[in-house]
Amino acid sequence: MPLGRSYAVSLVGLNGYIVEVESDIGQTLPAFVLLGLPDASLSEARERIRAAARNAGLPLTRRKITVNLVPASLPKRGSGFDLAIVMSALAAAGDVRNCGRTVFLSELGLDGRLRPIRGVLPAVMAAVDAGFTSVVVSSGNAAEAALVPSAEVRSYDSLAEVALAFGADPACVALPAPQLSEASARADQPGAVVIPKDMSDVAGQSEARFAVEVAAAGAHNLMMVGPPGAGKTMLAERLPGILPDLTDKQAMEVTAIHSLGNSEFCRELQRRPPFESPHHTASAASIIGGGSGIPRPGAASRAHRGVLFLDEAPEYQRRILDALREPLESGELVLHRAAGTATYPARFQLILAANPCPCGQATGKGIGCNCSAQQRRRYFDRMSAPLLDRVDLQLAVHRVALQDFSGTAAADTSAAVATRVAAARAAQHERLSKWELSTNAEVPAPLLHNDLRLTRKATVSVDKKIEKAAITKRGYDRVLRVAWTIADLAGRSSPNADDVTTALLFRTQEEPA
Amino acid sequence: MRHKDELGKRGEALAARYLEDAGLRIIDRNWRCTLGEIDLVAVDGATLVVVEVKTRSSEAYGHPLEAITPGKLERLYLLASRWARAHDLRFSGFRVDAVAIVDGGVEEPVIEHLRAVS
Repeated sequence: MPLGRSYAVSLVGLNGYIVEVESDIGQTLPAFVLLGLPDASLSEARERIRAAARNAGLPLTRRKITVNLVPASLPKRGSGFDLAIVMSALAAAGDVRNCGRTVFLSELGLDGRLRPIRGVLPAVMAAVDAGFTSVVVSSGNAAEAALVPSAEVRSYDSLAEVALAFGADPACVALPAPQLSEASARADQPGAVVIPKDMSDVAGQSEARFAVEVAAAGAHNLMMVGPPGAGKTMLAERLPGILPDLTDKQAMEVTAIHSLGNSEFCRELQRRPPFESPHHTASAASIIGGGSGIPRPGAASRAHRGVLFLDEAPEYQRRILDALREPLESGELVLHRAAGTATYPARFQLILAANPCPCGQATGKGIGCNCSAQQRRRYFDRMSAPLLDRVDLQLAVHRVALQDFSGTAAADTSAAVATRVAAARAAQHERLSKWELSTNAEVPAPLLHNDLRLTRKATVSVDKKIEKAAITKRGYDRVLRVAWTIADLAGRSSPNADDVTTALLFRTQEEPA
Repeated sequence: MRHKDELGKRGEALAARYLEDAGLRIIDRNWRCTLGEIDLVAVDGATLVVVEVKTRSSEAYGHPLEAITPGKLERLYLLASRWARAHDLRFSGFRVDAVAIVDGGVEEPVIEHLRAVS
């Protein structure tokens, strides 16, 4: 029976579904019919496959080939099905043997070379989860596919090699001339020298540096308000450097999202927390995720397990800022579009930076600022109260004075701060792991008031605020969370009155100037 | 006579012999009307068979079967009913077959016969 079968993976967001590629050869005039909701780039597979098969020495049969992608109802896109389709068609014609439960993930060039595709990591993860452990990829994707434990990955350079491995007649196949692959060509070039961004670069700003350290230790969101040139951006860029390495599971999540993106192909797990700083003119789709067809991840998802830095935060469209409230609570973004629904993780740490007013001069006594009170208010109104309510640390950053960067003792390096942060994270883990939490920022309010309740003596300063209605209940809880982090950094088992007062200072400096 | 016409003639003769060996009875050749031409008309049992013969000397410009376009097929179906009407004959049904011949002139020609193409 002239029926061929192979398997591929269709990605909807980060979720992959096994797609069965079945081919039938009908005894009628030559034709190539592709069924099962292919998009435009997948429909083009017909032409690529015909040329690739011929140039690999295994021309497709001169009969009618009907290829069906099952389940037909699942929309499929992209060029990653090429290899699966051609292997299925060749198996139907008897040119290669049955491929069994092997998953093929590669695009074909016209010359029969295999080309790497996007999203191999999540695709292989999905295949392994579905019980398909045998995977064939292009050499360019080999390192990425091999990141998935328990996957048996085979990688080849050309269709001819794959066909040989599946029993094609060695007399027929034509191996393409070897060529320097892109990756090895790039590896030969010397990379630019990257100047590491270290905390000790920041002049003065001991208070702000401490706030960044607290933010890193407790995974708190942070807003910095200060005049241009005070060092807000410098501080934010140095936050990822003091965060601890990602765990295996987190690194897998982060690498999977980056595998879908347009950056270079992954070679290894991304162990460091990512840092994303979209410009304030960015569209909602680029930050939240979106695009035509199945929505693609945006900057918020690429910052998953890392830092999302919004410089000049009031300049962003308000609806973009408000759209971030949901992932700040749930840690994921669910994007609904006509073509389908995609869920991307987005548990990022939000860092906001803002000028104190539109002209940026309203600091200290505000000399030189010519903004009206109304202009200033309108400027900050663009960041909604519900959003700011989710920012635990709100900090005024002042201009650096001369004595701060001339002659004083050198500031702590990132390595030194990272050590303290790691110790604080360990303390949190020990305390919170029984509730399956890992950082202070995640602690739910009921827990703060029951199992983690502080003494009245410790909370006296913040109790006074709530009696005077100067702080909301949610704000109160956030002060307590920050206080716990400050205590963890200091190595205390629970916050004392000073820690709570310090935490309160970070909270009430929200009014600029 | 030009080379390609000669090749076509030879191919049609080859095809006719091949089909007769396969049990079909050839009843007409190169029948023309305003719509076009039928290469071979045959009878297979009670079925009228309209045969399109494509002959090429090599596969350098594609396989002969690839040259049979959907438009051509549609025309062949119309021609089949025209032929039957013109000869006032009735059949239990009709079909279109295709015969592809690759004849380089040196080796034995390769003949492929597809029944009921659609």
